[in-house]
Amino acid sequence: MPYLGGEETVRELRRALSNPNVQSDPLRYRNTILKVIRTMSQGVDVSGLFSEMVKACATVDVVQKKLVYVFLCSYATLNPELSLLVINTLRKDCQDPNPMVRSLALRNMTNLRLPSLVEYVEQPLTAGLRDRAACVRRVAVLGWAKLHNLQPSSEIDAAVVNELYSLLRDPDPVVMVNCLRALEEILKEEGGVAINKPITHHLLNRLKECDIWGQCEVLRVLQRYRPQSEDELFDILSLLDSFLVSPHPPVMAATLSLFLSVSSNLPAISLAALERVSGPLLAACGSGSREMRFAAVCHIQLLLRSVPGLLGPHYKRFFCGYAEPAYIKERKMQVLVELVNDENVAMILDELKGYCTDVNTDTAQAAISAIGRIGRSYSDRCLQILTGLLGLKQDHITSAVVQTMRDLVWVCPQCSDTVCLALDGCEETLQDIQGRQALLWLLGVYGERISTAPYTLEVLIDGVRSEASLGIKMELLTATMRLFLCRPAETQDMLGRLLHYCIEEETDMCVRDQALLYYHLLHCEIEKTREVLQGRRSDPSLGVLIGRPAKPVSQWGRCFNTLEPLSQGAVEAESDSRGSPEHVTYNPKPNADLSDTLSCSHIEEVHSGSDSAMRCSDSSTNVLASSIAAPLSLSLSPSVSPEDFEHLWLQRQALHTERGAEKIEEVDCAWIEECVRCPAVLHCSPQNLQAAMQLVNIQTLAFTPQHMLPWRVYLYTHTQRSHSMDAPNTTLILGELLCTGEANQKAGVKKGTADSEAGAEGKEDQLVRKEMDATADRLRVSEDGQEEEEGIKVILNQQPKDDDALRQFLTILITVLNTLSSEKD
Amino acid sequence: MRSSEASICLRKSNRGLSRMISQVFILSSKGDHLIYKDFRGGAGNDIVSIFYEKVTALTGDQPPVVMNHKDIYFVHIRQGGLYWVATTTAGSSPFTITEFLNRLAALVKDYCGSLSEKSVQMNFALIYELLDEIVDYGYIQTTSSDVLKNFIQTEAVTSRPFSLFDLSNVGLFGAETQQSKVAPSSAATRPIQSSREQGGKSEIFVDVIERMTVVIGSNGLLMKADVEGEIRVKCYMPSCSVWCVCAVSLTEMRIGLNEEFSIGKSQLRGYGAAVRVDECSFHQAVRLDEFDSHRILRLCPSQGEQTVMQYQLSDDLPSALPFRLFPTIERDNGGRLLMYMKLRCDLPPKSAAINVCATIPVPKGSVSLSQELSSPDQSAELKPQSRAVVWQIARFAGGTQLSALFKLEVPSLSSASMLEVGPVGLSFELPKITATGLQIRFLRLSPIQPGPSQRWVRYVTHSDSYTIRI
Repeated sequence: MPYLGGEETVRELRRALSNPNVQSDPLRYRNTILKVIRTMSQGVDVSGLFSEMVKACATVDVVQKKLVYVFLCSYATLNPELSLLVINTLRKDCQDPNPMVRSLALRNMTNLRLPSLVEYVEQPLTAGLRDRAACVRRVAVLGWAKLHNLQPSSEIDAAVVNELYSLLRDPDPVVMVNCLRALEEILKEEGGVAINKPITHHLLNRLKECDIWGQCEVLRVLQRYRPQSEDELFDILSLLDSFLVSPHPPVMAATLSLFLSVSSNLPAISLAALERVSGPLLAACGSGSREMRFAAVCHIQLLLRSVPGLLGPHYKRFFCGYAEPAYIKERKMQVLVELVNDENVAMILDELKGYCTDVNTDTAQAAISAIGRIGRSYSDRCLQILTGLLGLKQDHITSAVVQTMRDLVWVCPQCSDTVCLALDGCEETLQDIQGRQALLWLLGVYGERISTAPYTLEVLIDGVRSEASLGIKMELLTATMRLFLCRPAETQDMLGRLLHYCIEEETDMCVRDQALLYYHLLHCEIEKTREVLQGRRSDPSLGVLIGRPAKPVSQWGRCFNTLEPLSQGAVEAESDSRGSPEHVTYNPKPNADLSDTLSCSHIEEVHSGSDSAMRCSDSSTNVLASSIAAPLSLSLSPSVSPEDFEHLWLQRQALHTERGAEKIEEVDCAWIEECVRCPAVLHCSPQNLQAAMQLVNIQTLAFTPQHMLPWRVYLYTHTQRSHSMDAPNTTLILGELLCTGEANQKAGVKKGTADSEAGAEGKEDQLVRKEMDATADRLRVSEDGQEEEEGIKVILNQQPKDDDALRQFLTILITVLNTLSSEKD
Repeated sequence: MRSSEASICLRKSNRGLSRMISQVFILSSKGDHLIYKDFRGGAGNDIVSIFYEKVTALTGDQPPVVMNHKDIYFVHIRQGGLYWVATTTAGSSPFTITEFLNRLAALVKDYCGSLSEKSVQMNFALIYELLDEIVDYGYIQTTSSDVLKNFIQTEAVTSRPFSLFDLSNVGLFGAETQQSKVAPSSAATRPIQSSREQGGKSEIFVDVIERMTVVIGSNGLLMKADVEGEIRVKCYMPSCSVWCVCAVSLTEMRIGLNEEFSIGKSQLRGYGAAVRVDECSFHQAVRLDEFDSHRILRLCPSQGEQTVMQYQLSDDLPSALPFRLFPTIERDNGGRLLMYMKLRCDLPPKSAAINVCATIPVPKGSVSLSQELSSPDQSAELKPQSRAVVWQIARFAGGTQLSALFKLEVPSLSSASMLEVGPVGLSFELPKITATGLQIRFLRLSPIQPGPSQRWVRYVTHSDSYTIRI
């Protein structure tokens, strides 16, 4: 806020500054300068006083000096010539017997940020590095970094760099840390300060002398170090163990980052570190500073990606305080959803229910959608709460509930009956666009079962002229069409009116086009229309897998202890891939016996198959990774979402059926169907199957329950063959395992392929998993006899085509299936 | 999801470098620029206004901690009604930056006496000086008040004279620096030239501060109880300021905790009277050689405030909960909501809770409130903005019970509206009480300080979040 009459103030200040009476009285002089700085920080341009201030610099009063320097550093770049005048004073101060004055002069000399002054600064800086006072050396070391950045193109003075390296042994820990910082900046081009074994161990030994800021800095620099042997690695880790549980969150986080980076290929150690760090992180979640709490909760979300069950017993720590800000509440709810299991579901739902009526609408809506996500596994309880909330008849709550229900029925079609009953009367409360769109979608899809659906739509159709939202109009068109297909008598008239309005009067092209499309469709056979409008429905028999598998630490390790997890974007990514209750109890590491059998049979398989070996990345066990050096590797990244999968799959299937197998080769993709005899797989529990597949980096996307017929599993993976270094040959394989249950052997393997990008960071997608009855398993065993003959049809789709890779993949797949079958026996 | 992960990949390439703080600024809640310091240069002048625009553009007064504008990341905290902001890059550690800002605010509070827009405005020169010493070229140099006091020369300006009895706002440190025209530098750099007055008063405050987080279910059962506690030492010793620095300090403080204090679940000893915490951590400077045997913390206090010990206890509180609520809620025929609240304070009879405030969420559309309160020192009002009845009790003696009858006019009352009533949030302060039962047995200084010295031990328990479901 500039003062009114800023110029007047400046003139007055100048008069005061040049007044000899003021100058001779130290207190008055200082007060005048104080006024200048005050005026400056209020936003008035006082650069005109530069020459007066330069004069004021020559004083013995340290306070006055400091004030003048604040001024000079702000305006030096505007007055390079006048700034030269200061240099003399500054250089003289650098000789002062008082170390405080020396460090002050040196620091401000480098803070002037004037390239023209560099030649005057170098000499005092060199002297500063050898000063006997640590505070001068601290400043001098960083001074070189500032100097380097002033003229980044200039050559790096090797002598200075050497001197800085030798100052790493300075007795003052801050000088040591500053040397690291300066070298990092000066040697940026070369990748920063050289971290070799002696330096590393020197830094580690002195870590305890540093304060927490220094410790964080050293730990961060050490992330680049790669221990030469496992012994050394363990020495370092045990040395750092006490820092991992430091009461200071910055040190704890920096140490964990270091742990994760040095033990990146030892997943067991990373996981152990995560467990160790969960205590201090939880403590940080209860910190008095809410910003610190927020940072801790966000990082806990990262940890949960890899160790879903980690904080299960501590779920109460994530209950929201009533005075906590909305951004913390939202994250805490996300964590709560991850931690749900059979024991605590009642408590968590009770807690979340309380948030649904929060004054803050964002919090309320977040709570409602959290309940919806829990509803994927505990649908009855959640629907009961959601239905109850509709009774409140408040627009933001109703809107959130309807949207949540829409998402829920898509995943769990068995909920649709309850949802249909609940929807009655919602349309009166709904105000916002998203909520009404969700309602329309539900009315369209489940119109047969909602008796009032035509009346609800009719009201909207009558008001369509005054409807402003494009989205609503489009949704209304589709919903009315869908309803017409199942209840033609009641809907025909209003559909006619709607189409007429949209085609004749509507100005928006999208709406018109869609209306025209529907109009023409209706002219064709009704069956075609039905196909178009009711094609995409979720298959009720196909329970999608809920919950995410544990992701390897490497997927998020890099963004641990950065601002990334705290930023907004991360919220969406997280909320997108909610976990499920069952998942919490699901052990990410496949159980030991299973993995043993698997890895053994693999190695055999691979060796017998001459050149076909495979390397397992990330999630596979250590044994596997080390014992097989392989040209083919499978990976789960980039992930394919269930929607993408469905899309690609249908596209490929259409291509296949239309043109026949030969033609497909032209578009560079392969389609194989093959029969595998391993009937016992049918009785394998989905968890085992999924764990087994993941072990070799095949991702299962969806399952039918284990004894349902037809039995289906959808899966995908990426193959990568690294025979040529520069161009890794990657393909995407989509697959379906199918067992129709007919006594004869109808089996096949489908293979599908699609483009995939090489080298991208891995990520897996959310899977929705149906929990199975373990007892059903036992029941079926008796019937095994008849089904012994049955085969499993494997359909694989690969793109781009790579026969070798496909064959190798098939071998791997069959091995897994056989292993699972034999396990059953 | 895909794009966000891609951006993580992109950024990791340049995250090795540039993890420093580019600027630090302090804004008043109205957006006035109080302090602005650019450590790295080259930043646009409009960065402050960009931040303030971002803060105000968001609905609600609680913007997220991290916001970004292109490549510039703003990390901010709220303290004393001010925005304390640091700009940095994506690769910076959120823990470090937040901790730094908290520490900066604490130092400013130590030096200026209090934390408010006014005190920051008056002491801008001092704060610039502090910032200059704390951060150089964006790198945090030191935040230890022992080191800093040797460099800080500017006198603090306090708006009112210091009063010893004003314990909530201890401005001693600021006042103390006024005496030191030329402070000695650190021993490593310069011999001590003590021109400082000796024999000033030395004062030490040991505060045991606990925060309670409690959830009580609608059936009255305790669902969750957490206590986070800390022992804070505030030390203002004129002689200490001279001598502490040079030698390892001549003054040693010994703080004795309850002898039956135990850590962890398994370690229960004694007969029930044990004071137990789940986890406990100490300041680096604390020596624990007598801790295992006698529960004594030894430390050489430094000037200003430091947290000596932090501890935490979950679920298993040794004493009864301080408050119980017995609500009866019903609708009458005229569309009115009747809430009969009985609140019982279960503290020991001689102690009392102060500033008790119960926030009772009520149905949307509540128009007016009529109330019958059991005693005159309570008050209640309907806050339509936050959709709640706020019931305030200035002082609530242990072992007593208060009741209130609230009648609310809610035109659109329906049976579902009852869902909106509750949970009740309670905030309060319990002076002289610790929820864990932790006590300071003694506080000794050795050698005995010359001149008069004051030692204060204070206990207080705050409600962090005390929720009672209805």
